[in-house]
Amino acid sequence: MDTLLSSLEILARWDVILALVVGSVGGVLIGAIPGVGPAVAIAILLPATFSMDPIVGLTVLLGIYGSSMYGGAIPAVLINTPGTAVNALTTYDGFPMTARGEPRRALSLAYSSSFFGGIFSVICLMAFAPVLAKVAPMFGSREIFLAALLGIILVIVAHRGQSLIAGALAGFGIFIQTIGLEPVKYSKRFTFDQAFLSSGIDLIVVVLGLFALSQAFLLLTSDDEKIRTTKLRGGLFQGFRELMRHPRVAGVSASFGVVMGMIPGVGEFTAQFLSYTYAQKTSKRPQDFGHGSSEGLIAAETSNNAVPAAAMVPLLALGIPGEALTAMMLSVFYVHNVVPGPGLFQNSMDFIMALYLALLILNVLVVVFLLVATRPLIQVVKIPNRFLGLCVLTLSFVGVYSLRNSATDCIIAAVFGIIGYILKRLSLPIVPIILGMVLGNIMEVKLRAGMARVKEPFDFIDRPVAMILFLAIIAVLAIHFRHVLQDRKSLKEAEWQSKHRSTRFGALLFRRKGSLSRARGRKVKARHSTSYRRSTERD
Amino acid sequence: MQSERERRFPGPRRGQLLFAVALLFFAVLLLSQTPGQTRWVAKTDFFAQPRFWPAVGLIAMAAFGALHLYLLPWRRLRRDDRAEARKWAAVVEYAAWFMGYVFAVPVIGYLPSTLVFVPLLARRLGYRSGQMMLAAVLFGLATVVVFKSFLSVKIPGGMIYEYLPAAIRTFFILNF
Repeated sequence: MDTLLSSLEILARWDVILALVVGSVGGVLIGAIPGVGPAVAIAILLPATFSMDPIVGLTVLLGIYGSSMYGGAIPAVLINTPGTAVNALTTYDGFPMTARGEPRRALSLAYSSSFFGGIFSVICLMAFAPVLAKVAPMFGSREIFLAALLGIILVIVAHRGQSLIAGALAGFGIFIQTIGLEPVKYSKRFTFDQAFLSSGIDLIVVVLGLFALSQAFLLLTSDDEKIRTTKLRGGLFQGFRELMRHPRVAGVSASFGVVMGMIPGVGEFTAQFLSYTYAQKTSKRPQDFGHGSSEGLIAAETSNNAVPAAAMVPLLALGIPGEALTAMMLSVFYVHNVVPGPGLFQNSMDFIMALYLALLILNVLVVVFLLVATRPLIQVVKIPNRFLGLCVLTLSFVGVYSLRNSATDCIIAAVFGIIGYILKRLSLPIVPIILGMVLGNIMEVKLRAGMARVKEPFDFIDRPVAMILFLAIIAVLAIHFRHVLQDRKSLKEAEWQSKHRSTRFGALLFRRKGSLSRARGRKVKARHSTSYRRSTERD
Repeated sequence: MQSERERRFPGPRRGQLLFAVALLFFAVLLLSQTPGQTRWVAKTDFFAQPRFWPAVGLIAMAAFGALHLYLLPWRRLRRDDRAEARKWAAVVEYAAWFMGYVFAVPVIGYLPSTLVFVPLLARRLGYRSGQMMLAAVLFGLATVVVFKSFLSVKIPGGMIYEYLPAAIRTFFILNF
C-alpha cells in the first residue's frame, strides 16, 4: 500500500499529467494515420525526451506506445487499411462490419476490447510485480546473458520463412554495436582510422534512419490515394455491452497478450494469432470469422493492447528489451542513469508501480478521448501520403540533429534510411538489426563478466535460473528445427505433386521417340517369345 | 509459371537476389578486414577478446546470408531486378534533400531553412495548390515553434542571426 501511495505521489505532478495527456492524444493521432506508426513517432521524439525527467519522458513514450493501437483501429475498420502494423488483423472482421453498415458497432467494439486488454494487462502486472521483485535478483551476469541470447534467438525464429535473413540482419546489428573504441582494452574496432567512427554508431541514429527516414522515403515515393470515409452516427458505448457477452474470448485473448508480451522477441503478432485461432476454434459460429465476427474483432484488439504493459516486464526486470519500441525506451533509461534490471525492482518499486499506474490512467484517458473525438479524428486518414512523407522527413531532422548537432550523424541516419527503405520494399524484417545492436551490447558485457568465474563450461549453467534458460534455448531451437523440417517435407510433397512433364518441342520429340522404341521393344519381345516357346506337352 | 518454392517465398521477387548478393559481399568483405581492424590481446580470455564480438556478428551475417542466398528460389537477375535497383537509387534524391536541409540549418537558421525547405520539397512532390503550400508553411512553422521554442530541443541558431540587431538577436538564437 505504501508503494502504491508513493507511486501516486510520483505521478501527481503537472508535467507528468501533461505528458499523459500529450502521450495518449498524440498516440491516438499517430496510430490513426496509416504509414506513420508508433515506432516512427517514438524515434523522432526520443531525443526531445532526454531533457525531461525519466518519468515524464517515459510517460510520453509509453503513452504513444499504448494508445497508438487504439487509433490504428480507426482506419482498419473504416477504410480497410491498418493504422499500425498490429491492427492488420482488425481489418479482417472490422471492415466487413463497416461494409454491411455497422461501422459504429465495429469501432465501439474495437475501443472496448482494447480498453479491456490494456486494463487487464496492467492489473495482472501490478499483482505480479512482487513476485518479479523476488525473481529478478536471481538473475546474475550469466542469466542475463542467456536471457538476451534467448531473446535474440526468439526474434530470429519468430520471422517464420525469413529466419535466415533475420539471423543475418541480427548479425549485422551485433556488428554495428561493436564499431568504435572497445571499452575494456581501449582498442579500436572497425574504425578504418576515421575519427567519426571512434565514438561508435549511436543506436538512436540507427533507429531514426531505419524507422523514421525509411518511412519518409517510402511515403515520398508512393502515390497519393483518394480516401472515402464512412460517416458515423450515434454513440460509441454499445461495444462495452457487447464485450460483456464474450468474457471468455476477451479473458483468454488478454492472457495471451500478457504472456506473449513478456517473452522477448514474440510480441503482438503471436498473441493475436493465438487469440484469433482460439476464438475461432471455440466459437459457435466459426464461419463468421473474417466476415465481420464480433468475437474475431475482440480477440484481435484485446490481445494486441495487452502487450505494451507486459513488454515492459523484461525491460524493467532484466534490462532486456523484447522489441524495437522497448529497445528505444531503454536509451531513455540510460540517458538518465537509471539502469533497468534486478536492482530497479529491488530499490525503485514505486517508480515501476508509477509507470504501470500511468499506463492504467492512460487507457482511461484514451477511451474518453476516443468516445468524444472519433468523428473529427477520422479526417486525419485523408492526409496525402507524400505530404505525410515530407512531414516525417522534416521531423526526423529534429530527432537526429538534436542528439549531438552532428551532420555526420545525419549522414549515417540517411544511409540507414536507405537501407531501411530497401528492407521495407523487399518485405524483410528491420527489428532484428535493432535488437542485434541492443542485445549484442548486453551479451558482450554480461558474457565477459559471467565468464570471469567460470572454470568449466558446465559452470556457466550450474545455477537453476541459468539451467532453465539454457533448456529454454535448446527447446526453442529444437521446435524451430522441427518446423523447418516439416516445412521442407511439405514443400517437397507439394513440388512432387505439382511436377509435370515439359511441354517443350524437343522434350515432346524425345518422349515420342522413347515411347516408339518401347512399343517396338515390346513387339520384338512378343515375337521372340512365340518363336522360341518350348512345348511343355509331352507326346 | 511460378514454382512451389517461389510461391511460398514471403515477399516480392524483385530485388531479392540483388540484396542477398550485396549483403553476402559486404559481410565477406568486412570479415576479411577483421584481422586488420581488430586486435588480439595477449593474456586475455577468448570471450573477452576485442575481436570476439565483431567476428560473431560478421560470421552470423555471412553464414546466414550465404544460406539465405543458397535457398533463394531464383538464380538469375531479371529486368524487374534492375528496375528495383533504379527505385533504390531514386531515393538518394530525397536523402540529398534531407542533407541539404541539415547543412542549411547552422548557416541560415532553423526557422528560415524550414520555411524554405518544406514548401520547396512540397513543390518538388507536385503540390501546386495554394492550400497545400499554406499547409506546408504552417507545418514548418509549427514544427519549429513546438520543438525549438517550447521543448527547447538542442538545435543551434543560424550564423545569419549574427547580423540581426542586438535587441532581437538573442531571442532569435534561443527560439528560432
